[in-house]
Amino acid sequence: MEFIYYFGDVFSPLSFMLLLGGTIGGLILGATPGLSPTMAVALLIPFTFQLEATQGLILLGAAYTSTVAGGAVSAILLKIPGAPANIATTLDGHTMAKQGHGAKALQLSFLSSAVGGIFGVLLLIFLTPVLADWALAFGPSHLFWMAILGVTVIGSLDSASVVKGLLSGCIGLWLSTIGFDDIMGAQRFIFHPSLGGGINIIAALIGLFAIPQVLTMFAKGRNSGAAEVIAVQKHSVLDALRELIRRPRALTIGTVTGSVIGLIPGVGGQIAGLVAYDQSKKFSSESEKFGKGHSEGVIAAESANNAMVGPSLVPLLTLSIPGSPTAAVLLGGLLIHGIFPGSDLFDNHPEVAWTFINSMLIGQILMCLFGLYIAGLAARVAQVPQSVMAAVVLALSVFGAYSVQSSMGDVYVMACLGIMMFFFERYGFSAAPLVLGLILGPIAEANFIQGSMIANATDGMTTYFLGGALNKLLITIVLASIAYSAWMELRQRRSQTPADKTEVRT
Amino acid sequence: MNRTQHILPSGLVFAVGVWITWISYTQAPAEAFLFPRLIATVFVVLAGWTFAKAVMGKSKVGTGLSRSMMLNILPGLAVMGVYVFWAATAFGFYTATTVAFFVLLSLYDPSSHRDAWVWVKRAVITAGFIAVMYALFALLLKVYTPREILF
Repeated sequence: MEFIYYFGDVFSPLSFMLLLGGTIGGLILGATPGLSPTMAVALLIPFTFQLEATQGLILLGAAYTSTVAGGAVSAILLKIPGAPANIATTLDGHTMAKQGHGAKALQLSFLSSAVGGIFGVLLLIFLTPVLADWALAFGPSHLFWMAILGVTVIGSLDSASVVKGLLSGCIGLWLSTIGFDDIMGAQRFIFHPSLGGGINIIAALIGLFAIPQVLTMFAKGRNSGAAEVIAVQKHSVLDALRELIRRPRALTIGTVTGSVIGLIPGVGGQIAGLVAYDQSKKFSSESEKFGKGHSEGVIAAESANNAMVGPSLVPLLTLSIPGSPTAAVLLGGLLIHGIFPGSDLFDNHPEVAWTFINSMLIGQILMCLFGLYIAGLAARVAQVPQSVMAAVVLALSVFGAYSVQSSMGDVYVMACLGIMMFFFERYGFSAAPLVLGLILGPIAEANFIQGSMIANATDGMTTYFLGGALNKLLITIVLASIAYSAWMELRQRRSQTPADKTEVRT
Repeated sequence: MNRTQHILPSGLVFAVGVWITWISYTQAPAEAFLFPRLIATVFVVLAGWTFAKAVMGKSKVGTGLSRSMMLNILPGLAVMGVYVFWAATAFGFYTATTVAFFVLLSLYDPSSHRDAWVWVKRAVITAGFIAVMYALFALLLKVYTPREILF
């Protein structure tokens, strides 16, 4: 119950103001198609440099929570999911809006997001310290395998092709080795003066997530990209609350599904909403109404994608393994303040850990309150033309990357990585495992070097890195995640019709 | 999507893989390249596999690039390249951003280029955005950017 002691810190004037700003800004950013939560959080990191670690994390956490929920606004009113997590919301949410129940759909979406989100954060509160204590038993070999696990799990589960996902992870791990070696001081892969200090994580994050989005907007040409907003008629919030209470099955399925999926590293919110929607439909007595503007569809999808947010931070805060790409960006936000996840975070910086987690709990309530009132405004912002969005995101990326350490080298790295990622994504490579490799690379290397020193003085490399129950368990999970993803990919390929195959190839 | 489109990125990644493997195994001190060797070995195997699949025409993942998409991207990419790699330091961040923002807005704005009011609107949006950026980065965050002209 340590978290209760730090509740007051959330309400200090600056922290609360950042929480409020992050929530409202996140709702608007989330409603803007093309601005994913990961990209929004990456672009916000430079703004946290001048803040204390706690305050910076409050801002990033609030933005993470509310961008996921804000995506429902454009999903419901424009039929454009603000983020991949909101795809399932469009199925019934937009139909409800077309039937004149847009306000009800929005209210249900924010209320169920808040219920799911609060449950997810409570899971984070009670699971994290237990797992963090357990992580204390980890030695260098285990931490090395944990870092490899983080890269391989996201590499295999988050990519369309297992081999290309793992290859992206390898590229990230290699990029993390560029610069001067920590122990010997030797130069490694410095083929341009801009790389002398290595690749800055924040600049890389901005480039890898924001620049491909800018180029995607360019790719649409002179297209307004603005969709017609459906007018929102008035609807009583109390009625929406009553409707939510009348649908406990959809709410429970969504909340539990989202929480469980969030705990699995790499799976993330993209599928939480869809899985919850599907399960809710299967167990519903009114399954025939799904897809035709049924409130249960909105409740299941939205409670799931917000319930995923809290648990996705459990593996991050305890074992340094981000549960989703956005959590990977948050890890970058922690590292720039010199804070390492795990028991160190809870033992040496409890005020940072608990204030951040508590702020996410309060953030869920604020997100619900403000979401209900600014949905209309957010939908208008979502109509901003793609040309403006592309120019805004490009300029923010350049300023953001430069402000990390006032270096043009970081801007060049950001632009090069971003342009490269845009083209590579078109051929099945993925940004998430690359980022994970870049972030977890130094952790993997430090523990590999430390482990090899211990191994050389004791049992030898093979016994040290491959022996022991925990090492074997971690290696098994690494191999199992790769095998499972390869099997899923093969099964998906076999189930494709000849028409699908042609479509993929063209 | 034709085979060449897959061969180019896979070939590039494979070439990088071969290069880092060669560097990792030949550069001294060997201790500094212990971890890169491990990564490079896995990297080159996976990259070789991907390249071989692309050469055999078995790469199926990804949407590829169409001619129209490339034609749409190229002007923006050119502006972005000039802005990031030259203008930002040559003219100063704010001046370069103003010009790049206005040019990009004009290039991709679907509104008519013959309407004078549209040009005024674009200029006002650009001025408003730069004012916000200046307030945020120069005044609030106190980020000292390269300054050459105007700011």
